[in-house]
Amino acid sequence: MALPIGSLAPDFTLLATPDQKVSLSEFSGPVVLIFYPADWSPVCGDELAVFSAASKFFSAHDAQLLGISVDGAWCHEAYREERKIAFPLLADFHPKGEVAQAYDVYRDHDGTCERALFVIDREKTVAWNDVSPLGINPGADGALRALEALS
Amino acid sequence: MSAASLATAVGPHDHVTGPKNPTLTLVEYGDYECPYCGQAFPIVEKIREHFREDLQFVFRNFPLTDVHPHAEAAAEFAEAAGLQGKFWEMHDTLFQHQRHLDNDSLLRYVTDVGADVDEVTRALAAGDVRRRVEADFESAIRSGANGTPAFFVNGTRYDGSWAYEPFVAYLEGLLATS
Repeated sequence: MALPIGSLAPDFTLLATPDQKVSLSEFSGPVVLIFYPADWSPVCGDELAVFSAASKFFSAHDAQLLGISVDGAWCHEAYREERKIAFPLLADFHPKGEVAQAYDVYRDHDGTCERALFVIDREKTVAWNDVSPLGINPGADGALRALEALS
Repeated sequence: MSAASLATAVGPHDHVTGPKNPTLTLVEYGDYECPYCGQAFPIVEKIREHFREDLQFVFRNFPLTDVHPHAEAAAEFAEAAGLQGKFWEMHDTLFQHQRHLDNDSLLRYVTDVGADVDEVTRALAAGDVRRRVEADFESAIRSGANGTPAFFVNGTRYDGSWAYEPFVAYLEGLLATS
């Protein structure tokens, strides 16, 4: 499970806000994809808060953080505002879970996605990945170390 | 999954209570304004009381300032009071009053714990305490601290429940096998 290290990262275009789309291909630097099951769920809040707080360590490597869940753009907007999350939350909403499926982290049985992290390098190759148990927040250390290993 | 472990070993720079050569070392990365850390505070007190000479407790700063606007100032005040040997007094006071962490309240707590306000103010202006909080914060991120509070037992992140009963049971288990 989870698109393996060394794979070409599938491009995608998703809504980041109700009227603004974001594509993987528009980032020239490394990208950290943070797949999480759902806005407003307890563990996800902590996970995103930690990444948000750590965002300056990621920007030091020119890396872009992107959160992705199957929630819609309006829900993301409210959630992002309420939790003051420093990076975009992308809506893998329609067709539902398409990007999660492309990265092989969709949970078919409950319609959400795994708690998964991908570090994608400048060549758009998966450099590192991690899937945590749903109830366990992974922290930002693994993704940060993977990024540091790139440079 | 990566095993999260302390990126910065417990050392002389840390705020430590308990024995010098303990069987158990409990490190908390905490935020004075976080309600969960507030709930954990009396639990940690009870755990320290329970294990006494077997457990060392270390507190490091992990202020999540996006969601807790007073957390950074509170952390810096505790560190500044710490320069006068009043870290734990300030730490306890902040958790006991975590809904009132505005600047005036923080200054009042300095007096309450018996630290000198002018000295604290100077220490805050000098910036050393801010750098100390930042260093703690970075070590939290690099250690895989995954929220507030984040606990590490003997260097490894503890992902279980920190409610008193399960936490004590876990620590008892470690003690029994050590």
